[in-house]
Amino acid sequence: MITTAAQHPRFAHGLAILAVMALWLGGAGTALHAADDAAPAVPDTLQQRIAACTACHGTHGEGSPDSGFFPRLAGKPAGYLARQLQDFKDGLRKYAPMEYTTRFLSPEYMQEIAQYFAAQQVAYSPSPVPRVSADIMKRGETLVTQGDPARQLPACGACHGSQLTGVQPDIPGLVGLPYDYISSQLGSWRTRTRAMAAPDCMAEIANRLSDADISAVSAYLATRELPADMHAQAPGSVKPPLHCGVLEANRSGA
Amino acid sequence: MKFIGRMVLLIVVLAVLAAGWLFFRGGSQPVPREASKVDATALKDPALIAKGQYLATVGDCAACHTTQGGIPYAGGRVLATPFGNITAPNITPDHATGLGDWSFEDFWQALHSGKGRHGELLYPVFSYTSYTKVHRDDALAIYAYLQSLPATNNPASPLGLTFPYNVRNSLKAWRALYFKEGEYQSERSKSASWNRGAYLVQGLGHCNECHIARDALGGARDDAALSGGQIPEQNWYAPDLSTQANGGLQGWSEDDIVDLLKTGKSARGTAFGPMAEVVARSTQHIQDDDLRSIAEYLRSLPPRPTMKPVELPFDTKALADRGKGVYEKQCADCHGKDGKGVSGVYPPLDGNSSVNEPTGINATRVVLLGGFPPATQGNARPYSMPPFAQQLNDLDVAAVVTYIRTSWSNRALPVRERDVSTFRHTPID
Repeated sequence: MITTAAQHPRFAHGLAILAVMALWLGGAGTALHAADDAAPAVPDTLQQRIAACTACHGTHGEGSPDSGFFPRLAGKPAGYLARQLQDFKDGLRKYAPMEYTTRFLSPEYMQEIAQYFAAQQVAYSPSPVPRVSADIMKRGETLVTQGDPARQLPACGACHGSQLTGVQPDIPGLVGLPYDYISSQLGSWRTRTRAMAAPDCMAEIANRLSDADISAVSAYLATRELPADMHAQAPGSVKPPLHCGVLEANRSGA
Repeated sequence: MKFIGRMVLLIVVLAVLAAGWLFFRGGSQPVPREASKVDATALKDPALIAKGQYLATVGDCAACHTTQGGIPYAGGRVLATPFGNITAPNITPDHATGLGDWSFEDFWQALHSGKGRHGELLYPVFSYTSYTKVHRDDALAIYAYLQSLPATNNPASPLGLTFPYNVRNSLKAWRALYFKEGEYQSERSKSASWNRGAYLVQGLGHCNECHIARDALGGARDDAALSGGQIPEQNWYAPDLSTQANGGLQGWSEDDIVDLLKTGKSARGTAFGPMAEVVARSTQHIQDDDLRSIAEYLRSLPPRPTMKPVELPFDTKALADRGKGVYEKQCADCHGKDGKGVSGVYPPLDGNSSVNEPTGINATRVVLLGGFPPATQGNARPYSMPPFAQQLNDLDVAAVVTYIRTSWSNRALPVRERDVSTFRHTPID
């Protein structure tokens, strides 16, 4: 026979309130022991539901800035985050643990999870930066801020916003990200382990970059001083110079 | 084991070859659509198509015949078998690459007899061992539905099989051992509802394709139906489905079974891994009366023999003690110190069929992978479990799984560190 608080709704409700109060008063902590022999009280919150996400990405989507391995999700545009979940689900982005985790989520639930992380306000913390020469850093700056018209490489800001903080609702920011994360994403576009709905504009750009370009761009972006306002720009405030399948699909749906 | 099995198969193949060319002739001509006895206009009947859509969902045809992120029924999913990879074909009505030229007679021959259009023997990864039980009028509805889909051009990939498995006629021997052709026959002594449940479970539902142990030739004993088994290559354990004494679902009520199939969770356990996929795509869409029938049938499966007490392979106390520490730190907040979970939110671990299954694979992999139960109409925003692959080393996973499998009323075998290391790297698909 299974006896749980939920079979005594009023008691469970009281427990839940006590537990939430304890959490507030305690300031932190996830262990909610109201009584040793009672079933654990479970807050009916999205944050509680998405333990599978927060275990790696952090309770507020802060990621792992030390290693850059688990990307920050906090404050990224919701449309962008929801699409990443869908892309993992569809196998356009390849990373087995994420493909497994997203496999049976509904579009509505993915949207809700994306909005949760998009709404989190977390201060940016510095990440380790590789030692690169001033020349390489300069080359990175040139590519990021001016692009290379001869190779049909637009400046990053042409899509990602004048301050590179992204554009609502679909385009992510590029500043405040670790070097390892940026360089591995650009690499993934070239090896087709990260892709988007066709035409895949970022794959085109990543393929126009050399290995050295990727290092230079990533180093420059990872060390660039953060603007005071890290929020993504208003919707429609950029006119992308390339055809991007994901942006067009979203525009027609809007 | 596997080596011996393959040698046995090789010998069987050679014996069959020796039996002479005559035996090998086989083959037949497709029935052109114009020559089909089925009236083409009848196939356009929306009621028939709707019925077919429902039955194709019950049969979860799209699970294999759709690749990740791909167009439904256009094929392309690579199915790993111990004998090599087989890509599920396109079953949309495309003329060049799908079933566009197939008559109903051709379709019936595939579903019922396990033979392709030209009489070639189909590999039983296409579960005709179960589908042979499907009634002809249901097959017609499924055919009408598939023919109503938009035609998608998606050529089949070549078979990833090597000798002797690439010799289709070697399947004659396999079929003689494991395949009994024939539609489902009602049992008169049972109710209509029980018979409906048996028909769906044994036929279209093809539950027995996973929930049974397979031998070295990939065949299953017909006296062991639904008694549970490790799914080859996927490395999940599909538990025994008997609800009676010593059964894998011992003590499950009809409601428990219906809840799990309809919502992905029940008071007894939660669907994950391959069963999450089955619930998400198929069973959550099954009508309530059919779910009740399925549950009624499963609840009539016989009790299982008592397991002999097994000699523990090593002293598990130190491991379980270590596991208790891990459990109290990492698991008890959700699953409770007493392993009873939280009703409607987190499944109990005490008495959970997936915790106690013979191999320990399920508990080990769930600890490593965590994840969400399927989002269904009845559980649209499921609570999830954190993955512990990054946090716990192999020893700690073995310890906590051993603790869970040997605590409360659970009396399952321990899991070793090296088992965890094996399953840490099992591919996820």
